[in-house]
Amino acid sequence: MGSFDFNVIERSWVYLFREGMVFTLTLTGLAMTGGIIFGTVLALMRLSSVKALSRLAGAYVNLMRALPLVLVIFWFFFLVPYIGAWVTGADRPISVGAFWSAVITFTMFEAAYYCEIMRAGIQSVARGQVSAAYAMGLNYWQTMGYIVLPQAFRNMIPLLLTQTIVLFQDTSLVYVISATDFLGAAAKVANRDYRLVEMYTFVAVVYFLISSALSMLVRRLQDRIAVFR
Amino acid sequence: MISLKDVSKWYGSFQVLADCSTEVAKGEVVVICGPSGSGKSTLIKCVNGLEPFEKGEIRVDGISVGDAKTDLPKLRSRVGMVFQHFELFPHMTVAQNLRLGQMKVLGREESEANEKSLKLLERVGLLAHKDKFPGNLSGGQQQRVAIARALSMDPIAMLFDEPTSALDPEMINEVLDVMVELAREGMTMMVITHEMGFAHKVAHRVIFMDGGRIVEDAPKDAFFGKPRSERAQVFLSKILHH
Repeated sequence: MGSFDFNVIERSWVYLFREGMVFTLTLTGLAMTGGIIFGTVLALMRLSSVKALSRLAGAYVNLMRALPLVLVIFWFFFLVPYIGAWVTGADRPISVGAFWSAVITFTMFEAAYYCEIMRAGIQSVARGQVSAAYAMGLNYWQTMGYIVLPQAFRNMIPLLLTQTIVLFQDTSLVYVISATDFLGAAAKVANRDYRLVEMYTFVAVVYFLISSALSMLVRRLQDRIAVFR
Repeated sequence: MISLKDVSKWYGSFQVLADCSTEVAKGEVVVICGPSGSGKSTLIKCVNGLEPFEKGEIRVDGISVGDAKTDLPKLRSRVGMVFQHFELFPHMTVAQNLRLGQMKVLGREESEANEKSLKLLERVGLLAHKDKFPGNLSGGQQQRVAIARALSMDPIAMLFDEPTSALDPEMINEVLDVMVELAREGMTMMVITHEMGFAHKVAHRVIFMDGGRIVEDAPKDAFFGKPRSERAQVFLSKILHH
């Protein structure tokens, strides 16, 4: 094994961050945005008085939460080109690429978890708020858009961020579709230079630092945000 | 202005309203009282369609509330409602609370909505608090804002659902004063309250409910002079002597 050679980090860190971390953060950001939007739609469906909508959304959430993420990543990677071809009417599978395949997968998968958070958030808004909004003449969409969702979202910011930290860590699973995220980039260097211990230790430290910084932010927000009741 | 005819409502097999009928004329102030669970609040929420009812008919300014074809948001925008727990929107300032309905429902321009809001806030004595959030106001102040918010829609009638029962005693009068002034200006009002002083001062009629029924519906003087039903007598003696 010999002595550790931490020079490999000095030589490769620019590449790791420029290629890998940019991929990881972009994927996290896009999947978070898409996941929260889609998750909110799912939450509204789940809470809808229309039985068919709430069952459909419930089935989707349960399905996603019952499957291992790696499986979903694989499955989407091979399936999305066919779905794309079917939607656009092309006669051969369209090429999506690992990045967009990952964005779609994580958005769809995380939406199930964001849905449950937003559902709790919507239910945390006092029932009387909805009555007051309706009594003033607002319709369903206005009531949700101006009154319920802003309060639900604000109340749930700490939980949404906590879920995003999980998402940030989970994005490393894209190695199964050979995408070069932060971990993937480090793995390439590690294998090329045969410096596995150094590289993986470095990756672990970076993930740890970013995740705990975000956790600290969540704790500070929790103290500052008084929940509306 | 508001007419109820044989209104009945059930929660499952439990009947909360039984054949309730009454009329409220334009400019009339009707106080509704009765023990808790008697259906007062449910009845008043049926008037602006916040609660559905299974039987009977309610008309507000000639428009049937129970009719599936009725544009409920539009009808509600014409009937102001004030709640026990104020229900101001906590993520908006006082002025934003007053502008929202005017702009999103009535389609007023921001400048017009703003002008109206400030005028109403001045009227309830809270102009200085226009940029505060509801959470920073006292209960009495919040309820006065809630009344101003309801008035911002230029309602043809106002419904009050126990507007003072969540307030500390020293704040009750500041809210009642606003309501008395409103009544004297000729606003059509249905008010659920146990503040009999308010009823004495401005009510035209008093309705007493018990067990989902309108037990007594009498002019104020007749009601306070001697209610016909024994239940109303017992109720009155309980809330007046303690």
